[in-house]
Amino acid sequence: MIKLPEPVEDVVYNLLRLANTKLPEDIGWAMEAASGWEQNEIAYTQLGAIMDNVKKAEHIGVPMCQDTGIPVFYVKGKFDSSIGKDIAKAVERATKDIPLRPNTVDPITRENCGLNLGPGMPIIHYIPTDDDFTQITVLPKGAGSENMTRLAMLNPADGVEGIKKFIIDSVLDAGGRPCPPTIVGVGIGGTSDVCVSMAKEALLVPIDEENPDPVLRQMEEDIFVALNGSGLGPMGLGGSTTSLGVRIKKCACHTASLPVAVNIGCWATRRASAKITANGVEYSQGVKF
Amino acid sequence: MITGRDEMHIRAMEYVKEGKEVPKDIEGSVLFHCGPIMVQRDNGTWAVVAAGPTTSARMNKLEPDFIRKFKIRAVIGKGGMSKETMDAMKEVGCVYLAATGGAAVSLAEGLRKCVGVEWLDLGMAEAMWRFDTDKFGPLVVAIDANGNSLYDKVNSSLVRP
Repeated sequence: MIKLPEPVEDVVYNLLRLANTKLPEDIGWAMEAASGWEQNEIAYTQLGAIMDNVKKAEHIGVPMCQDTGIPVFYVKGKFDSSIGKDIAKAVERATKDIPLRPNTVDPITRENCGLNLGPGMPIIHYIPTDDDFTQITVLPKGAGSENMTRLAMLNPADGVEGIKKFIIDSVLDAGGRPCPPTIVGVGIGGTSDVCVSMAKEALLVPIDEENPDPVLRQMEEDIFVALNGSGLGPMGLGGSTTSLGVRIKKCACHTASLPVAVNIGCWATRRASAKITANGVEYSQGVKF
Repeated sequence: MITGRDEMHIRAMEYVKEGKEVPKDIEGSVLFHCGPIMVQRDNGTWAVVAAGPTTSARMNKLEPDFIRKFKIRAVIGKGGMSKETMDAMKEVGCVYLAATGGAAVSLAEGLRKCVGVEWLDLGMAEAMWRFDTDKFGPLVVAIDANGNSLYDKVNSSLVRP
């Protein structure tokens, strides 16, 4: 939907509300389709409980999950350095208003920083380009899924089979803890930190959008089939709906390295994006590859 | 029902060790691994907005002793718990009930009234919230009081390529 121009702080506030209260359509459809296939009785009730909850949350206008996460932002296109302040103000207002759960703490003392702010918060990735717009995307990332993040510096000789095995094992070892059925974000290449970043960025792309790289597309499908054939199921209680989608991003890496990272998105992989131009703001719940 | 996560368990067991008094509601309670979103009304009482389970495995270290000490009747959470915790459940007569992760709005409907909060200095997520409940669920008995775990059953029969 396109709205008239509005201040950045208001746009970001809207993004936080949208992401936390409304499940992206691509995920909702995938869940409904999976529910039609699911033979396991417990799995079927888990999926039903999720979809019920999604409807209620959207109807009432409250966060669908109590873990409103760490708000992770991506700012792409044309912008100046003050945009970080607007984003922080929006996070503060959204926390008080929607409300969001105050999740940020000092890692050592565990003291709550309050209002989802604090040192290093909010997390903002800046991607300046020559484009004539500012695109702001938010991915509220909960800890259940985030705590299952895995990075492996594989041996180049491990190859595609080694990559797939690491990804599948990472997801199955996580069990029910990241709230399956999950969206599996994968990064391949880069330096180790870039690899993990790509894995999270991959979660921004809707699961019904085809990967433009045919090799990655095949890998996504192979991993998807393997995960849903594993028997782990929703909440790790058994069934055939373990993953709703696999998204892979890659970039170049060192000739002696093969970094592979897995960043899992829970079933509630919440995303919202706004493209701001001179004419107005266009909201959506996913970005292109 | 009381809620309790990482920090609540740490404080409770510290107080027990130091001989300090703990809130009496813990004894014989149903423990919900949850950090709910709560809002405070003008009259000072609290209303729950969303309350889904957190990952129970993080509490594995302290849960066995916690269950034994306070005779917990049921633990509600997601993802299951360790063998040591299951042993304590067997001894005391406690079950693990799996709530659907993220079904926070639906589950909040079963929390009829917030009757109070302890240790709010730990922060909203980590405090011990006290609730009267009515039709809270749906719940799956994922670990019974006889050492049987649905998670073990699923994990031991996982198909890996």
